[in-house]
Amino acid sequence: MNRRELLGKACLSGLGLALSAKRAGAAPSSVRGTGDLGIVIERASGSVQIIETTHRTMLARIRDLGDLSHASAVFSRDERYAFVFGRDGGLTKIDLLTASIERRIVQAGNAIGGAISDDGRLIAVSNYEPGGLRVFDADTLALIADVPAEYDGGRRSKTVGLVDAPGRRFLYALYDAGEICVADFSEADAKTPKLTRYSGIGKLPYDGNITADGRYYIAGLFGEDGLVALDLWAGEPKPRRVLDGYGRGEAALPVYKMPHLEGWAQAGARLLLPAVGRHELLVLDTESFQERGRIVVAGQPVFAVCRPDGRQAWVNFAHPDNDRIQVVDIPTLAIVHEIKPGPAVLHLEFTPRGHEAWVSVRDADRIDVYDTRTFAKVAELPAEKPSGIFFTARAHRTGQ
Amino acid sequence: MRVTWPISLPLSSAAVMLLACLAPTGASAVERTRARELISLLIQDCGSCHGMTLRGGLGKPLTAAALAPRDANAIAAIILDGVAGTPMPPWRGLLTQEDALWIAGTLKKGLAE
Repeated sequence: MNRRELLGKACLSGLGLALSAKRAGAAPSSVRGTGDLGIVIERASGSVQIIETTHRTMLARIRDLGDLSHASAVFSRDERYAFVFGRDGGLTKIDLLTASIERRIVQAGNAIGGAISDDGRLIAVSNYEPGGLRVFDADTLALIADVPAEYDGGRRSKTVGLVDAPGRRFLYALYDAGEICVADFSEADAKTPKLTRYSGIGKLPYDGNITADGRYYIAGLFGEDGLVALDLWAGEPKPRRVLDGYGRGEAALPVYKMPHLEGWAQAGARLLLPAVGRHELLVLDTESFQERGRIVVAGQPVFAVCRPDGRQAWVNFAHPDNDRIQVVDIPTLAIVHEIKPGPAVLHLEFTPRGHEAWVSVRDADRIDVYDTRTFAKVAELPAEKPSGIFFTARAHRTGQ
Repeated sequence: MRVTWPISLPLSSAAVMLLACLAPTGASAVERTRARELISLLIQDCGSCHGMTLRGGLGKPLTAAALAPRDANAIAAIILDGVAGTPMPPWRGLLTQEDALWIAGTLKKGLAE
């Protein structure tokens, strides 16, 4: 061993000593990564759990986050911070490693979710009241831009379906105005984004999402049988109606909970979309934009989410069929399994490579964990009226 | 610049108020167990569009102030038959006339406040 190696060794052990002294006896295992972490929204108590999926345990509970009904979250690029969007306009930045609130603001009166830009610097929030988009600095949560959703000479629309798109862009839809908007923050010091509006897309767009490659934004319509797709790779993107008239003029069934397009089931060029007012999933081919089939399911689908490998989609339902999950085999488009976790299955999230699905069972105050290959339940975790489950792997996916 | 809005009533307080509404009022024709089910339906299922505190979401606010101009029968009719052209579905089949009237009356008394 030469002198340099010896010196290096001495330095390393010195550093190790200093670190353990600083931690005052803390076990080395207190140093950890965040790739297997996530959060569970506890909607009624205004708290979130920080969980880890390797040993399936709760690490901490953080309280006082306000009204978390319909809350959602995005993650910083380093997977250390979660940004939680509350119904009451609360925006809370949580440090997953220290299990503490880094910053918290109440940025509007009534909000419906958010997004983080591809460079991780901007947090956008979609607001119902006052209707519009607000964009914040991801480090400080200082306001960067206020983008009112004005239409029809000054009226304000609720905004829905907010997603990030490549190039520091955010896309969203105006529920009351029937528009899709692109807010482009690609100018580095932009205080006001370049705003492109596509009007007349159809009645009552209720949600929207973007394909994983960042190419297509698709908004679902409540007031009409159809969806609208926008090709962001086109020189001049134009909204295009897809799956038009999928209801075939038949009377719609009552919808007791709005479907969501968040986490939609995309498997290769196939997209499984919840029909509105029909107990079906619609299969859209994203190359031809033609319908490639329908899958009859147990009720009004709410979420249809693909396992990350694209082999299965798991589907949950609106009241009164919200006690179950059906599993679709993507190659055959057949339902291959049904699980009844219990009353009010609100959300589910796959582990990053899809070996498990975590399911929130609100009225049982429980998270159920299933093996996605055998469908066996492998764990139960107590949770207070759980709703959304969000894992840190979302940090590296467009539109999440 | 930081934008702040008044932070809404803590949910626990709302829940206490809701439970207070379960006390017999004389006007209600539903039994206590049914009342509990209806309260849960209001918070959780109506709440998915109208907000869990019923202050509004994609659907309109269902506060006593917001509902003051409407009479209970009209509200019950909306609950049972829905509103065409909007996402408000007809709850007939899941709720009876008595259920709907009880919900309407309870909302007008100020369940959300």
